[in-house]
Amino acid sequence: MNRRKFVQNSGLGAMAALLGTEIVFGHTLPKGYLPLGLQDPDPFKMFDKNPEMLVLNDKPWNIESLAHLLDDRITPNRSMFIRNNGIIPQEIDLATWTLTFDGESVERKKSYSLAELKSRFSQHTYQLTIECGGNGRSEFNPPAKGNQWSVGAVHSAEWTGVRLRDVLEDVGITSDAVYIGFHAADTHLSGDPKKEPISRGFPIAKAMQDETLLAFQMNGKDIPLAHGYPLRLVAGGWPASTSGKWLTGISVRDRVHDGPKMTGDSYRVPCLPVAPGTEVAEEDMCIIESMPVKSLITYPKTGATIAQGKSLSFRGHAWAGELEVTRMEYSIDFGSTWKECTLEAPANRLAWQHFSGETRFPQKGYYEVWVRATDSRGNAQPMVLPGWNPKGYLNNACHRIAVKVS
Amino acid sequence: METPGNSFEQSARAISRMMGLIFVMFLLVGGFLVYLMIDPTLSAFQSEPEPTLIAVAPPEEDDFDKIENGIHLRTGFVEGEGLMTVVNNCTNCHSAKLVTQNRMDADGWRKTIKWMQETQNLWDLGKNEDIIVDYLAMYYAPGKKGRRLNLTNIQWYVLEE
Repeated sequence: MNRRKFVQNSGLGAMAALLGTEIVFGHTLPKGYLPLGLQDPDPFKMFDKNPEMLVLNDKPWNIESLAHLLDDRITPNRSMFIRNNGIIPQEIDLATWTLTFDGESVERKKSYSLAELKSRFSQHTYQLTIECGGNGRSEFNPPAKGNQWSVGAVHSAEWTGVRLRDVLEDVGITSDAVYIGFHAADTHLSGDPKKEPISRGFPIAKAMQDETLLAFQMNGKDIPLAHGYPLRLVAGGWPASTSGKWLTGISVRDRVHDGPKMTGDSYRVPCLPVAPGTEVAEEDMCIIESMPVKSLITYPKTGATIAQGKSLSFRGHAWAGELEVTRMEYSIDFGSTWKECTLEAPANRLAWQHFSGETRFPQKGYYEVWVRATDSRGNAQPMVLPGWNPKGYLNNACHRIAVKVS
Repeated sequence: METPGNSFEQSARAISRMMGLIFVMFLLVGGFLVYLMIDPTLSAFQSEPEPTLIAVAPPEEDDFDKIENGIHLRTGFVEGEGLMTVVNNCTNCHSAKLVTQNRMDADGWRKTIKWMQETQNLWDLGKNEDIIVDYLAMYYAPGKKGRRLNLTNIQWYVLEE
């Protein structure tokens, strides 16, 4: 029996004994949650992630998924990427947790307990696709600064909560409201308690959508700690950084929210296209809103070898930010010719869509299967890198897998 | 015939004995229950040897900054002039991985330092700034990637249908 198992099997008293101090609010610890002081240094055990995933950064924790691990129609926690700007909060007390609405454009400041949110507003469940704005950053040339994500910083889980709109209506907002900005319980890497690691948001129109949730469940269970327990703002189709985790506050602003990572070049791209490597002034950078059309082959895993004469079945998911994917194609000849895939409708708006196809290869040799999605406005994924931008956002170049026929 | 006084004394002694017995029983059962709370699976009585449960700080190792095959093991940084200055200034707040996964020229690294000083509470690096920038621009410089790289690191496997 290892130390972790011992700790899990034992009661609070034993944990307290190991820590050498009493665990205040121990009774509210989520089941199976280990206090950080006792956490296993193995992040895959600590966050219950597939050990094939890639740790990009351990301070703060940033862990990337792989295409073939994202094959489920609804992404389970085990395959979900983790992206953090700060330190995951350590003390969470459900009884005293509140969500406070303030800012220039609320009629009056108002707070809600978790129990009030759950009991006073109707609950809704949606499958929502959340992709990191920097997913695909590793391919940009010249390289862009930051965590070097490949393709795995995207997931589509089911989120349950109350509509932000319903709560905003209860709070009362004034007609000059422009934007909302979130505040959260994570702490800054420098240890400075006055600094917020990240406080982003979105325009009122996005806040008023049916699918924009104050969520307290993911895939039918409490949200895992790394994904925002006990309360998360979820804005499907927009950069994942707008879906604030460990939510403690919402500021309703009469201007574009100006919290950390809203300004400068964070989550912004040049308003007008620029040549690779161009220096862009801050005032010429525009905030990313909806994510672009994109897709991922989740089966088979890249590197498949098949016998000549056999057909290859493949499948995956496609998504298009605020829009829907209307066409899905594949190519086995490096983009010379394209054939249609079967494409399903989304489970609901802002959920990714499943596609599948079957193909034969004309002769032995090395092939790549490429897929490209087209959204409802006719925008298709590019074959090469899309417009270069200083921070390496929005890479929606088509996904490719390698196949050998022998 | 015994006097009433005698009988009272006897009963009192019997009660006191019984009380004593109950007290000992209580201690035994109570002690067992407290033990069960700490070790509900009675793991201490199982034959498999248990790892020590107390977290012990690793012994002071003299190879804390060991370098193997040109890599500083503790951080993953490449060995080179300025290595320890980089380790000492760039791994306090964030992981070394945030540095080693990035590629920039001298100008880019200097701008990143400036950004961290303006927004992330990084201290004034003084004379060390040039040492750090020179090291990073030398060992973590951008390579040529073009508009799309070949697929690399493919692990071939036989797909069973």
